[in-house]
Amino acid sequence: MNVDLYERIWMWGVGVMLSLFFAATAYSAVAREIHPPSHVETIDPAQSMSDPRFAKQGLWTDRDGNLHLTVMAMMYTFLPQRVTVPAGVPITFHLTSRDVVHGYQVIGSNAQAMVVPGYVSQFTTIIPEPGEYLIACNEYCGIGHHQMSTTMIAVPAAEFTAPEAMDNPFTSHAGGH
Amino acid sequence: MSDALRNVEPANPQERKLIFANFAVAIGAFAIAAAMAVMQALSRADVEVPGRSARMYYMSVTAHGVLMALVFTTFFIMALGYAVAQRETGRLGGMKLAWLSYWIAVVGVAMTAWSILTFKASVLYTFYPPLQAHPAFYIGLTLVVVGSWGWVYRMIQEWRIARRVRGDRPVSLAMHATAANAMLWALCTPGVAIEMLFHLIPWSLGIKETVDPILARSLFWFFGHPLVYFWILPAYTLWYTVLPRLAGGRLFSEPLGRMVFAIFLIISTPVGFHHQFQDPGIPASWKLLHTFLTMAISFPSLVTAFTICASLEVAGRMRGGKGLFGWIRTLPWGDPTVSAILFAMLLFLVGGFGGAVNAAYALNSVVHNTAWVFAHFHLTVGSAAALTFMGAMYWLVPLISGRKLALRRIAQIQPLLWFIGMSLFSFTTHLAGLKGLPRRVMSTSYSGALPAQLWEVHTLLSAIGGVVLFVSAVAFVFVMIATFTNKQTEPVGTIEYAEPLHVPEGGFRVMIWDRLGFWFVIGVVLVIIAYAIPLYDLISLERFGSPGFRPY
Repeated sequence: MNVDLYERIWMWGVGVMLSLFFAATAYSAVAREIHPPSHVETIDPAQSMSDPRFAKQGLWTDRDGNLHLTVMAMMYTFLPQRVTVPAGVPITFHLTSRDVVHGYQVIGSNAQAMVVPGYVSQFTTIIPEPGEYLIACNEYCGIGHHQMSTTMIAVPAAEFTAPEAMDNPFTSHAGGH
Repeated sequence: MSDALRNVEPANPQERKLIFANFAVAIGAFAIAAAMAVMQALSRADVEVPGRSARMYYMSVTAHGVLMALVFTTFFIMALGYAVAQRETGRLGGMKLAWLSYWIAVVGVAMTAWSILTFKASVLYTFYPPLQAHPAFYIGLTLVVVGSWGWVYRMIQEWRIARRVRGDRPVSLAMHATAANAMLWALCTPGVAIEMLFHLIPWSLGIKETVDPILARSLFWFFGHPLVYFWILPAYTLWYTVLPRLAGGRLFSEPLGRMVFAIFLIISTPVGFHHQFQDPGIPASWKLLHTFLTMAISFPSLVTAFTICASLEVAGRMRGGKGLFGWIRTLPWGDPTVSAILFAMLLFLVGGFGGAVNAAYALNSVVHNTAWVFAHFHLTVGSAAALTFMGAMYWLVPLISGRKLALRRIAQIQPLLWFIGMSLFSFTTHLAGLKGLPRRVMSTSYSGALPAQLWEVHTLLSAIGGVVLFVSAVAFVFVMIATFTNKQTEPVGTIEYAEPLHVPEGGFRVMIWDRLGFWFVIGVVLVIIAYAIPLYDLISLERFGSPGFRPY
């Protein structure tokens, strides 16, 4: 196949650019362990409100001192409806839905995941700065979708008192992060 | 190009009727969907339009998505495919099957439209369970896909006939591209067919109590990403084969065009997990593999960018354009087909960058399900595809019908209006998305919460863009109606494709890229590699399905 010189240069350029993309993605995924929320754990949505993992929602500390936030999504709110967290401290979020698919998004941070009935979503991230954050549903879930929002208050880590420690009821790192 | 391609018969009345019947459904769906859209843009800016309610809003978003993304596109693509196939040999075979498929798809559209417009299916065009619609919604959409399968069969047959007729000379690039697109559709639609037939239809009828939302989403996106290439490849086909001719130039590198369409056939499907980055239940390693395959798809698009720009430069210089950029000015911007495609390409340039962000494994968390997403795909399907299709109808309808393009002045400014409206709508909505505005919301005020104040100005500008787009859409529909009923006639013609700039010595021969059957098999292998294990692992989990919900 006869390819024009300039076009050949262009194609090599594209190849180099894509190789850089490949390398950057592989580096951030493998070396830095940055992954989208990809936890694999199931739950019966009909029993989710009484399931020991989700019976109580809110902030808790595990035996190693790590912070966790358990969230239940439903038409048209997230429980707990108001939560205070320390800024800049890693928090592991655990979420499920008891009805339809919702999207959990802490606007102004990169904390977000699809919340799917029958599954537990999980990811670890930080809330960058102290302040008041709007949490909104970002997947259509019925006529109240645009009203489905709650509030997160991030306070400076020094002013934060860690909640009581308990055993972690969730599967750890099953199939991803 | 070979002589066999030159002297073919124009479409006969039966063939014309088939092509126009498909165009008519496309234009009708477009008109209804455009009317829905302007109300949505105003509603998001919290303008109190008459009849505004949540129920109405989410119904209309469903109607807009289904009618634009699934009906307008599919029927246009089928019409264009028939026109290309007719042009190839001068005679379209299998007319009975073509009409049968058409009517199956039309019945499907009617069922789906009825269920949506009577508020029985406000589940949006992605219809993620456990939101549940009326069975007519799912059955109707399935019939549209089944109808399109008849078209797929006809396109592959026409391509094979053309190959046989040509011997060792290749079929036209347009026929090659159309066949590749038909095969791509054959490869990906089984995903949504399985979702419909084994999950959603029995579940909505009450035969099956629950569905697994993650399995359903995975099957949907198995189909959903190649769907975007199903829209884009016909636009590329027109950019490669028709645009250079209308612009008065030559196609820069024909053989690379053949390569491009073959690569899309191979690699459009095994990438669906990049729509599910934020989903639970799918391990990160498989999402990463799909990310790498997704990056590879940008290769054929970037080759296309070079080839089309080079072809346009050839055209501009043949028309007397001088200097580094002078050739852009000398392109025939007054031809509504040419200007529609040029504006479509400009918007697509931005859409391509945005798409790379969506598909980025780590960046996706910043934009997923924000307004950024629909801002993005209004540049791809809503501009690169839709505006190209509108431009193509300005050229193809008069050519095949023998009726002159009516309201030519309006047709000339319509693409510019679309460009202005879409720039306002899309660029501001991208920014709102970066500031966190969630997707698919009827109102963006959030009781005056702080981030909502930040995106107020964006939603307002985007609403103004929506109004301009609506004016452009109305202009297009009027031009089409006036053309179809135009008393002024011109001789019926046949499609003329752009000549390649260089014909290799000895002419074109059938190359490896022409062997689409072989590439289809490679595509199947890649799909198995990308999907077999994660889907098997998923169904091996102890899963709990969901009953249906109808909160609308």
